[in-house]
Amino acid sequence: MNLDALIPSLVDGLMLGFVYGLAAMGLTLIFGVMRVINLSHGPVMATGMFVVYVLFTGPLAVNPYLGIVAALVFGLVFGVIEYLIAVDRVINEPELTTLLATFSVNLMIVGVLTAQFTTTPRAVDVSLGSITVPLVRNVLGTHLISVAIAIVVAALLYLLLFRTRIGKQIRAVANNRSAAELMGINSRAMLALSFGIGTALAMVSGGVLATLFPFNPLSGAGYEIKSFVIVVLGGLGNPTGALVGGIVIGLLEGLAPNFVAVSWVPVIEYVIFIAILLVRPAGLLGSRV
Amino acid sequence: MIRYRIPFLPVIVVLLAIVAALPGLLGQATLREELFLIFMLITLASSINIIMGYTGYVSFGHIVFFGLGGYFAFYLMQVQGWHFIAALIASVFPSALIALVIGTAILRLRGAYFALATVGINEAMRVVFNNWETFGGAVGMFFNFSIYLQYGGAGPARELGYYVMAIVAIATIATSYFVKRSKFGLSLMAIREDQDVAMVVGIDPARAKVVAYVISAVFPAMAGATYFFRNGIIEPNDAFQLQRSIESLVMCVLGGIGTVAGPIVGAAMYEWLRGFLITNPALAAYQLFLAGLLLLIVVLFVSAGLVGWLRNRYTVLRAYIP
Repeated sequence: MNLDALIPSLVDGLMLGFVYGLAAMGLTLIFGVMRVINLSHGPVMATGMFVVYVLFTGPLAVNPYLGIVAALVFGLVFGVIEYLIAVDRVINEPELTTLLATFSVNLMIVGVLTAQFTTTPRAVDVSLGSITVPLVRNVLGTHLISVAIAIVVAALLYLLLFRTRIGKQIRAVANNRSAAELMGINSRAMLALSFGIGTALAMVSGGVLATLFPFNPLSGAGYEIKSFVIVVLGGLGNPTGALVGGIVIGLLEGLAPNFVAVSWVPVIEYVIFIAILLVRPAGLLGSRV
Repeated sequence: MIRYRIPFLPVIVVLLAIVAALPGLLGQATLREELFLIFMLITLASSINIIMGYTGYVSFGHIVFFGLGGYFAFYLMQVQGWHFIAALIASVFPSALIALVIGTAILRLRGAYFALATVGINEAMRVVFNNWETFGGAVGMFFNFSIYLQYGGAGPARELGYYVMAIVAIATIATSYFVKRSKFGLSLMAIREDQDVAMVVGIDPARAKVVAYVISAVFPAMAGATYFFRNGIIEPNDAFQLQRSIESLVMCVLGGIGTVAGPIVGAAMYEWLRGFLITNPALAAYQLFLAGLLLLIVVLFVSAGLVGWLRNRYTVLRAYIP
């Protein structure tokens, strides 16, 4: 195997991994705080793509990276509303109920997006040139920015969760809801906020993906299943684990095509996924927030 | 006082048999196609109900058994030249075996992990068949025209498939009924309510869950074998379509989870609703949105489903509708 081909694919894989990790962090945060598997995750990512797309192609031609900030804010609001309407009422029911509640939101989002935009592939055309690095040769500017966004957002999430009062409240609610309520924490507000943050993360990663690959309203489904794999790999409910899991899967997708046919890559992913579930269900880094 | 009770099972079997005979009697091919789909959905929803409704484990990727059965039967008919009925019976074994192996391994995972694991297994099977050249790889397999000749042509073959699907659906309902009425069914429901308590009263949860999972895997396999026999084409994305799994789950909930009659009602309602939305020009563009909205309303406000709601509202009905 020659090193010249290997290093660029390693860099590509690392880049993908950060973006995947970002989406998976949203999914895992929601699970960690309220034990809900958010089945609207994929369409929410697709919504993030279309927020960036609409702003970019609209009359203002908003810069895609500004569009990602808009997607973050929109995701936060959207998530809080989704929680209050669809999840809050059934938050204490068995998991089937919350699965179906979030799945119904999934159907609604896909329905609206396909009615508005059809399933024609779209793309956000953005080019930032490339820089030449020894050994790696060309690194695309869009890729560098994607990694930077992922790192900044992940760092912000960390600061929010572990360095602020609100973060402390969220973690308290995740740990023991009734005890948190006895301490005077408004658990409903914290749950809604966490759902909003999780949704915002998914939308941001959707927005980033929009600047990298073509997409349509159904694109979310593939990324959603990928997020499941990553989340289980890193430990269900553990945001750091999700980032690590994302990088593992990204590296796998970048490197494996050098050794096996591309169509076998998902086979490897699912084998790892099932093996982790069987051997170490808590994931690589252990579960919980 | 002797109270006269209408026995549920004979009534529902006779009713379904009459419905199944209608297209033949009326000579309506379109009705037959609609009913074929409904019988298939009843089979899928009712078998999911056994593992999800009775036992409390959400099998999200249940369609994997449909796809496996379809692929195995298709292979036997196309490559080995087996008769459809023989292939249909054989199609049960791979699914049952996989359910046994996987069930033993993953049913000890609780709740959320199990749901995710079943999605993973379905997706894994899809990508494996995508790469497996024996089964046609990503392109899939097609029937030669000559395959249908032994059944008297494509038309009679479709008709044979239709009646087989009706019988499979009725068999699923009967099995679901007997499971619910048996001691075994009681132990499943005990596990659903509280696994630790179930163990204390002498139930072996691991064993009971695996048996329930295998039972629920057998019928989708036959449905898959029949569906793809009539289809004449099989390819991985159609066989292992996660959406179909989720739809059968939704039907189960619409009709009433954990009830024998629920999946029948749910499947019929869902199909009727979809037909209504697709054919209505004003609503067609938003059919997915409306389906989602309706599901949300059911989940939030009528979580017992139609049959469950009726049973709770009019408790007399509990004696008649299991």
